[in-house]
Amino acid sequence: MSQILHETGVKPLLSARGLVKRYGRVTALDHADFDLYPGEILAVIGDNGAGKSSLIKAISGATIPDEGEIRLGDQVVNFKSPMEARDAGIETVYQNLALSPALSIADNMFLGREIRKPGVLGQWFRMLDRSAMERQARAKLTELGLMTIQNIGQAVETLSGGQRQGVAVARAAAFGSRVVIMDEPTAALGVKESRRVLELIQDVKKRGLPIVLISHNMPHVFEVADRIHIHRLGRRLCVVDPKQISMSDAVALMTGATQPPTDALAA
Amino acid sequence: MSETSAGLHRPQEFESVLSGSETSVANFEPERRTALQHAQQFLHSSPAAVPLIVLVASLVIFGAIIGGRFFSAFSMTLILQQVAIVGIVGAAQTLVILTAGIDLSVGAIMVLSSVVMGQFTFRYGLPPALSVLCGFAVGALCGYINGVLVSVMKLPPFIVTLGTWQIFLATNFLYSANETIRSQEIGAQAPLLQFFGETFKIGNAVFTYGVIAMVLLVALLWYVLNHTAWGRHLHAIGDDPEAAKLSGVRVRPMLVTVYVLSGLICALAGWCLIGRIGSVSPTAGQFANIESITAVVIGGISLFGGRGSILGMLFGALIVGVFSLGLRLIGTDPQWTYLLIGALIILAVAIDQWIRKVAA
Repeated sequence: MSQILHETGVKPLLSARGLVKRYGRVTALDHADFDLYPGEILAVIGDNGAGKSSLIKAISGATIPDEGEIRLGDQVVNFKSPMEARDAGIETVYQNLALSPALSIADNMFLGREIRKPGVLGQWFRMLDRSAMERQARAKLTELGLMTIQNIGQAVETLSGGQRQGVAVARAAAFGSRVVIMDEPTAALGVKESRRVLELIQDVKKRGLPIVLISHNMPHVFEVADRIHIHRLGRRLCVVDPKQISMSDAVALMTGATQPPTDALAA
Repeated sequence: MSETSAGLHRPQEFESVLSGSETSVANFEPERRTALQHAQQFLHSSPAAVPLIVLVASLVIFGAIIGGRFFSAFSMTLILQQVAIVGIVGAAQTLVILTAGIDLSVGAIMVLSSVVMGQFTFRYGLPPALSVLCGFAVGALCGYINGVLVSVMKLPPFIVTLGTWQIFLATNFLYSANETIRSQEIGAQAPLLQFFGETFKIGNAVFTYGVIAMVLLVALLWYVLNHTAWGRHLHAIGDDPEAAKLSGVRVRPMLVTVYVLSGLICALAGWCLIGRIGSVSPTAGQFANIESITAVVIGGISLFGGRGSILGMLFGALIVGVFSLGLRLIGTDPQWTYLLIGALIILAVAIDQWIRKVAA
């Protein structure tokens, strides 16, 4: 049953088997599985405390699972830090956005992967290539049709919530080569800004990047997701097709009010 | 099931009105701002501007009151000599405060290092150059202890350095047996220890090597903080350590490095201290920690971390220097200096709070 709700023959791009993560007596992940296929938007839903965040942290390198195996393509990966996951092409847009408010848009987009000047200045004096970073940041933001940038050097804290989300998504889309993970990208936004971010998610998908979308917002999930991974009690309960199931049925599964149909059961 | 399948891949019903609404969500065009908001924006982007304006204003005011006696090359360079040590310790303090920490032990590390430099030379007969290296090693070790306690044990920097301040200072008194090494002895046997006290003149301007060291150090750190990835990461850590970590900044090792660097810079200040006072005294530099924090705060560096420029710290130190010399030349009670500096500190923090509101 590893090819759940997916045409046979296509291999998952990112998958996890039997992930376990314990915090003291609390088991956040209890042999959780996960599959993401190329080019799809996979929504991950689950009640509070179901272990969604722990799952996402494990595949994005933010925590190291106690047990289990994560595969990216054909390779088994063991991310020790978000940096390693990023180097492998997995970019994450965190719920709190992980932006440094006092730093500029360009500084934030390149935080942790700065470009240095060529030649002696960069090699020996470790000098940053500000103009190259600003140019690339502006190009990425424009490419996503995101915004008309007035000043790429302005501090992120001077931006609105939607603008910040835009910067974080642009950063992920710019550097993510395999997978983009988005944790509650619309949670802090108004209706109009949410709509823009949903469009942005579709744009990123069109560029060929598969997306993992964690969200509590059922209408948003049902609007954009190709498949929905329902997480419950620390593990994958089932994966459902949003075209075949209603929102209330999905919520019922998520909360344990109903049991999943046998054909959607995960392993 | 039917109710949702109809709405799939189309905006939700309540969102349908949005098609007619304005689409400029992420618009970076500036709105109309008042002059005050412009000022706030400007100060937000140039954190060293306020202390620079205050510095220039205080120079002009004291110059107007006192005249040529104040506005001479000699007086100006005297101020530089007097703030050299606070400026160097302030540079160490700046690094720590930018990470949203605080280092109360800077003065104690400085004195302990200077005592090690002196005692290793005179008690154990080591060559002065080697003793100086030992002093730096002790400074680095002290910083390392602070750094490990703050970043690995995750204790609050204020508490850690409040404790190590006492520990380093007590170590200093116990080790030196409260003994001062006299200036003449050092001058005769180990002039290297007084190197930073040596002066040279350009016209009427008198510079010490300590002043040069302070200027070069601040310039170097300014470059590192603003033009290297390390410097950007330091700001990011002070701004939001969690965000920095998720962006791939190695927060823990960086914090240890920052405190070690702070210890090394304090050792440099200890060496300069020997030059400044001539002797090696375990009771010198008692107020270096408070003076360095004063320079940092007046310099517009946020105690909440992440914001501010090291140039601001230098301006802050100079403001204190200008006030003390200016008021001394006017002939007032020196307590007026403390009173005015105290007012400046509160004003500086108030301005910082106001600038930080630019986000809202």
